[in-house]
Amino acid sequence: MATINVGISDLNVGKDTDVLATYALGSCVGICLYDEGRKLAGLAHIMLPWSKDATNPSDNMRRYADTGINELISKMCAQGTSVTRLTAKIAGGAQMFTTNSAIFNIGERNVEAVKKVLQTYRIPIIAEQTGSNFGRTVFFYSETGIMEIRAAMKPTVQL
Amino acid sequence: MAINNMEQLNATHFDILKELGNIGQGNAASSLSNMLGKPIDIAVPDVRLLDFGETVEFLGGPENIAIGMLIGLSGDINGMMLYVLQKSFANNMLQAVMGKQVEELTDLDEMDFSFVQEIGNILAGSYINAIASLTNLTIDISVPSISVDMVGAILSVPAVEFAKVSDKVLFIDDSFLIADGEIKSNMILVPELESLSVLFSKLGVDI
Repeated sequence: MATINVGISDLNVGKDTDVLATYALGSCVGICLYDEGRKLAGLAHIMLPWSKDATNPSDNMRRYADTGINELISKMCAQGTSVTRLTAKIAGGAQMFTTNSAIFNIGERNVEAVKKVLQTYRIPIIAEQTGSNFGRTVFFYSETGIMEIRAAMKPTVQL
Repeated sequence: MAINNMEQLNATHFDILKELGNIGQGNAASSLSNMLGKPIDIAVPDVRLLDFGETVEFLGGPENIAIGMLIGLSGDINGMMLYVLQKSFANNMLQAVMGKQVEELTDLDEMDFSFVQEIGNILAGSYINAIASLTNLTIDISVPSISVDMVGAILSVPAVEFAKVSDKVLFIDDSFLIADGEIKSNMILVPELESLSVLFSKLGVDI
């Protein structure tokens, strides 16, 4: 068993007894993709909605919902799965600070983008815990496909 | 020339930001000192460019619980400042004014929150006022918005903003020296790049 850490604007794949972990999602969204039959799990930690908004050509494309999910799917397919076998669980997209300014609603826009992208791949979202105003750490178990969410002031939940 | 990227900043720019930080911090310290009725000194702030991962580590790791206070800047300078206060800071203030201590930051109640928010108001207000009067710029600040949560989650807010312009963030490490020890407050400044150009040109510095 290995715990594989996934940083911000990053992604990775694990299988069998591997546990994928990403810490302290705020407005970012964690996307867990799973092939149950192959016990193959993938996790992406995206920060912004759409890659077309990137201003810097050398920007890290794992930062964005569309290009991040796309790369995660390719990586998983390279390990023997196909898009039609995947299901998704998502967490994050909080609004950490309450203000009227639109930029602080980035969490909501991230969740929207993630859902749209998953829909274009026809990957069903079978569990989610998004929005609200608190940070989340996510553990994703390859063995079971369980997404575990830990928060500062809330009990741990398994979805 | 305009600033297109934070990494364009050179040693002179950092010295100026440090000096501005020093002045802002000095002003903030005297306001705090008045409020607490205790003498407060400051150490010269350290100003540097850090990337997201380094900033999170510096602040105790992604899951460390801290108080984040986000303040919007508008007027001649646009952007945001984020204060990150650790438990020691909150306890020092709570002890001095309300005679109480909390075990965990997650135990703060409504009253403590408004108190901390008021501290944020004073810190940010005096900090920014000092810079505004020195540079003759008009800078308005918003009421601070507070979040007590994991450092990584709090930092995702400025991270989203600075991701557009740079992988690095202006990190200001301040220390207040109160009679019984040193308490740190950290500030992350995310100015719009245009505003940074305005600031430097107002001070007659080449960019």
